[in-house]
Amino acid sequence: MKLSVLVNEGPYQHQASDSALLFTKAALEKGHEIFRVFFYHDGVNNGTRFTVPPQDDRNLQESWTALQAEHELDLVVCIAAAQRRGILDENEAERQGKDGNNIAPGFRISGLGQLVEAGIESDRLVVFGD
Amino acid sequence: MSDVKKFMYVNRKAPYGTIYALESLEVVLISAAFDQDVSLAFVDDGVYQIMKGTKTDGIGMKNFSPVYNALGDYDITKLYVEQESLDERGLTLDDLMDIKYEDEDDDWAEKPSIKVVSRKEMADVMDQQDVLMSF
Repeated sequence: MKLSVLVNEGPYQHQASDSALLFTKAALEKGHEIFRVFFYHDGVNNGTRFTVPPQDDRNLQESWTALQAEHELDLVVCIAAAQRRGILDENEAERQGKDGNNIAPGFRISGLGQLVEAGIESDRLVVFGD
Repeated sequence: MSDVKKFMYVNRKAPYGTIYALESLEVVLISAAFDQDVSLAFVDDGVYQIMKGTKTDGIGMKNFSPVYNALGDYDITKLYVEQESLDERGLTLDDLMDIKYEDEDDDWAEKPSIKVVSRKEMADVMDQQDVLMSF
């Protein structure tokens, strides 16, 4: 089955990101296709490489990045939600006149149309949120 | 792209306590550009999103309530409101904005976009959807 995943909450504050990550891994192991993972609302905070959780805790961003590398996942961070919350890639930092960027490897920033397209193109869109 | 799908956006939160309502509206407006069959559901505190007379001057936030009145212009004409959610909050249809759309199949007659349905009916409407996003 072709699946897409919507992550609406940031890491650590809510379990939604953990659940989405575990669901995505399980779906891939079962042989399903993940068309896209879209990060919205505070979910965009999963895509900053500047999070530094305690060493004895899980690192959600690194887990997403590793999963992306292994399966060539399409991890998309919503641009409008990202801008509100200070998540920038190199292009956006330059365009907005900011002095740095923090997007994590394996993530890309794009528009909400990518979420609607994921709904259209996938057999199921699975939402993880509060 | 595939055929037209039925998209429903489920609004569960009050409009200004969190950003869910505003960002939900942003997805709804974008989805209108994709020629899909879009509807909205208002349940739980989500019913507060379409109350009339909203003023946000005192909290320094942009009042996005007028956007709901413009949804008809985006061909978004089905706003399902759950009766039980209204009842539980002491609200009636009269407390909600008079959101209308112009029906092009009926000589552009103005018709109400809001449809109050029971919890059971809401479940049935949700069951008919292809894509459900809850915010």
